[in-house]
Amino acid sequence: MTKLGRGVRSRAFLAAFPHTIPILAGFGFLGLAYGVYMNVSGFSFWYPMLTSLVVFGGSLEFVIVTMLLSPFAPLATLLLALMIQARHIFYGIAMLEKYKNLGWKRFYLYFSLCDETFSLNYTLELPPGIDRGWFYFFISFLNHMYWFISSTIGGLLGSLMKFNTRGLEFVMTALFIVIFLEQWSKEEKHYTALIGILASIGCLALFGPETFLLPTMGVILLLLMLFRKPIEKAGGLTATADESRVDLS
Amino acid sequence: MTLTEEIITIAICALATMSTRFFPFLIFSEKRATPKYISYLGKALPAAIFAMLIVYTLRNVDIFGGSYGIAELLAIIVTCLLYFWKRQMLLPIAGGTITYMLLIQQVF
Repeated sequence: MTKLGRGVRSRAFLAAFPHTIPILAGFGFLGLAYGVYMNVSGFSFWYPMLTSLVVFGGSLEFVIVTMLLSPFAPLATLLLALMIQARHIFYGIAMLEKYKNLGWKRFYLYFSLCDETFSLNYTLELPPGIDRGWFYFFISFLNHMYWFISSTIGGLLGSLMKFNTRGLEFVMTALFIVIFLEQWSKEEKHYTALIGILASIGCLALFGPETFLLPTMGVILLLLMLFRKPIEKAGGLTATADESRVDLS
Repeated sequence: MTLTEEIITIAICALATMSTRFFPFLIFSEKRATPKYISYLGKALPAAIFAMLIVYTLRNVDIFGGSYGIAELLAIIVTCLLYFWKRQMLLPIAGGTITYMLLIQQVF
């Protein structure tokens, strides 16, 4: 790459990094906890290191510990993994426009599209003069590395770690609240946000914390399709996707 | 489990995750125009998903026992107030998290 190319990259890196600080705190903590959990469950640091690199999905990685301690069951493993990860399909649908025409980088962007990376890359407005592909790339890459490094360290330190950080996990809730409010203030009508709130709380009450995600996704999808006409007519959708397409091009 | 079985188990989880993340991009390729209802969903889903993720991170909060979810509620209120006051991301996230940590370490 030319000098110009390096300048593009470092500017994108510097623009991306500050936005990932909350993830650094959250993944730093949760990744450590995950590594320690694997260690005290009897696995060497290679295991959290490998899973956080190739799976990169917190909730499933915690479940993997249980899977590895149980008898080998490939089909059940596949089905459970698909159920836990199904929500990522929604992220891809929402990112179709934003991840268009990004060359080879798009494959890494698809691969690393976790909850937090999706939330940031969907919501953040690209700073002027910053390359879109590299900006999304560094947000994704930094988040991936925070998780990878902290879970490896957790796996190495194991039970030596003393946690004085009770409650730090709220940083993820706070991140999603702020992202939700950003989205909320961009919308004129809030039908889809309200559908999301009611569907998730309703399904949580009905199905319980372990299994409510899939029914919630089903209900959200159903209601969004049922009320498509009124939602589109009332202008209840954010224009973000269209605006940013103009901004970014 | 043997080492091979462990590696297969982890590989299955990685493949399952990747398939959910790649699926929309493979089905609706860049070359063809995205169907109207998918573009609609792409715009309509995020607000609903962010709500779902908030509830997901709070799914194990016990509102009928323990501290009855009061610490969570107060921390959420602080996060929202800070957001509407400053309209930026870091301050409300830091403020809400510190509030929550203080509450469950010192008060509840």
